[in-house]
Amino acid sequence: MKNRFSNRTLAAAAAILALSTGLIAQGRIQITGAGATFPNPIYSKWFSEYNKLHPNVEINYQSVGSGAGIRQITNGTVFFGATDGPMTNDQKLAAPGAILHFPTVLGAVVPVFNVSGVTQLKFTGPLLADIFLGKITRWNDAAIAKVNPGVSLPSTEITVAHRSDGSGTTYIWVDYLSKVSPEWKQKVGISTAVNWPVGLGGKGNEGVAGLVKQTPGAIGYVELIYALQNKIAYGPVQNAAGEFVNASLESVTAAAAEASAKMPADFRVSITNAPGKGVYPISSFTWLLLYESPKNKALARTFNEFMTWMLTDGQKFAKDLGYAPLPAAVVKMEMDALKKIKTQ
Amino acid sequence: MKYWTGAIALLIVAIVAGVAFVLWDEAALSIRTFGWDFWRTSVWDPVAGEFGARPFIWGTLYSSILALLIATPVAIGIAVFLSDWCPHALRTPLVFLTELLAAIPSIVYGLWGIFVLVPAVRELQLALPDWIRAMPLFSGPPVGVSMLSAAVVLAIMIVPFTSSVAREVLKSVPASQREAAYAVGATRWEATVVALHNARTGILGAVMLGFGRALGETMAVTMVIGNNPQAKWSLFAPQYTMSAVIANEFTEAADQLHLDSLVEIGLVLFVITLVVNLASRALVWRLNRARTA
Repeated sequence: MKNRFSNRTLAAAAAILALSTGLIAQGRIQITGAGATFPNPIYSKWFSEYNKLHPNVEINYQSVGSGAGIRQITNGTVFFGATDGPMTNDQKLAAPGAILHFPTVLGAVVPVFNVSGVTQLKFTGPLLADIFLGKITRWNDAAIAKVNPGVSLPSTEITVAHRSDGSGTTYIWVDYLSKVSPEWKQKVGISTAVNWPVGLGGKGNEGVAGLVKQTPGAIGYVELIYALQNKIAYGPVQNAAGEFVNASLESVTAAAAEASAKMPADFRVSITNAPGKGVYPISSFTWLLLYESPKNKALARTFNEFMTWMLTDGQKFAKDLGYAPLPAAVVKMEMDALKKIKTQ
Repeated sequence: MKYWTGAIALLIVAIVAGVAFVLWDEAALSIRTFGWDFWRTSVWDPVAGEFGARPFIWGTLYSSILALLIATPVAIGIAVFLSDWCPHALRTPLVFLTELLAAIPSIVYGLWGIFVLVPAVRELQLALPDWIRAMPLFSGPPVGVSMLSAAVVLAIMIVPFTSSVAREVLKSVPASQREAAYAVGATRWEATVVALHNARTGILGAVMLGFGRALGETMAVTMVIGNNPQAKWSLFAPQYTMSAVIANEFTEAADQLHLDSLVEIGLVLFVITLVVNLASRALVWRLNRARTA
């Protein structure tokens, strides 16, 4: 008796639920994605702005990390993924279909330091690599003094601070170090998490910044936006052309413009240590991941419309949030690439 | 009613077995690749695909044991004071305050650790004379984030657990025990010792509860321990724990072997927690038997 009663209520409740969601869901399109945390502020902005223009399109983004983003799109639990480091060939092969990369904005990583009495420090790539390899251990080392003539450097021990969590920021940083130091490439390599030769691990940009601020003699790396928003001192880095360049939105876009001349068709390109003048060398794209032949064609058509908006009107939101917008040449290439997605 | 409770008890056993199975299954690739070497080797290199858990196992056990050494005397002291010595008017507010410590989220302990404890530990290290800093137990550069910082934060976090259970245990010692002690001319302090002796298995249980808590604590530890996988005796060396590496690397681990190795660390932590709990059960059981014999 009791059982039948509960069954009946359940059925009634289910019917009401189905009816109401059916009404609400009419014409509403929901798309989910997951991945990188680094571009989360701009993605959230885009999805909410796009929702204002198209109230029936709701895009949900979970910033769970690049690795998790790649895993989720591979397993098909989300419509799109997002990553700070391009997928490797092995990862692409593991997916059930061809996955395309679309650069969305650019970011940069800057070296931050805490040396008592020193406000300005310049760095070269090999210098940063040797510090992070543990080969340069004191601030008054001849190699640092040579790049910074006229700066009185203390004999403080260098404490290296790096990310303890796997991170796209780390990927960009070690990708750069691998290009400027053969020893780094051979001993440590490139990944979102590596086996650090020396140093302390801090969780997140705030963890690394905290370690650097609190430890006299510390050096670390954080995203440019983070250093800008929190007013942390960072140093210029020597680029491939030999100039010392401070990270800024202009110098990061310059790096992308240089790279776009040799952009591969699948957009999986590293622009660290890019050639050319006025280029900041520790810059990178961040990518959205889409299936070339998505299962749900209706969602794909809607998302393609969003992509077109994001690549054109959407780019103007980037600067306010501290990201460098895409160079025009790259936008044009991506517009062509969008046509490859099978929406019919 | 009997069947219901029986079924729920069985469900608990099934959940524990299920957790073990899922961990085992998800870590399959890592278990196949490394075997027992996973427990023994020290290299953790996601780029080269080499994974060994020894520094993490060391860090978890070392930090938890240190925390236990710091917290146990304090917690038992609090318990004794509150049950035997405290003036009545003070008791309720003090009980409330110690238990409030247990309600503070661990990230808050972590923040306190970063801003207060870590600089203090660095100052302490700098203040030590050189001959002490040359000893292996105190060696290393003064960075503050260290095994000692982690142990102190953990100790503060487990004190309320241990002390409130120990207090309950002391309260449950029959009044006749203390009265008998007074009757043969014991002082108040000696009566307390009698009560402590009487409650020792329960207090041991309280200590092990704190130990279990320390083994699994993640957030506060990862914020102050320095996250450097090295197994060292030095209290001032930055080290790493099992739960911290899982929390740090899981979201960004895209490589299957890396992912499986992180799950296997979870499995190792599970096994160690199980062994610690079983060992404490065995100890309590032996103590009880010795008392009745």
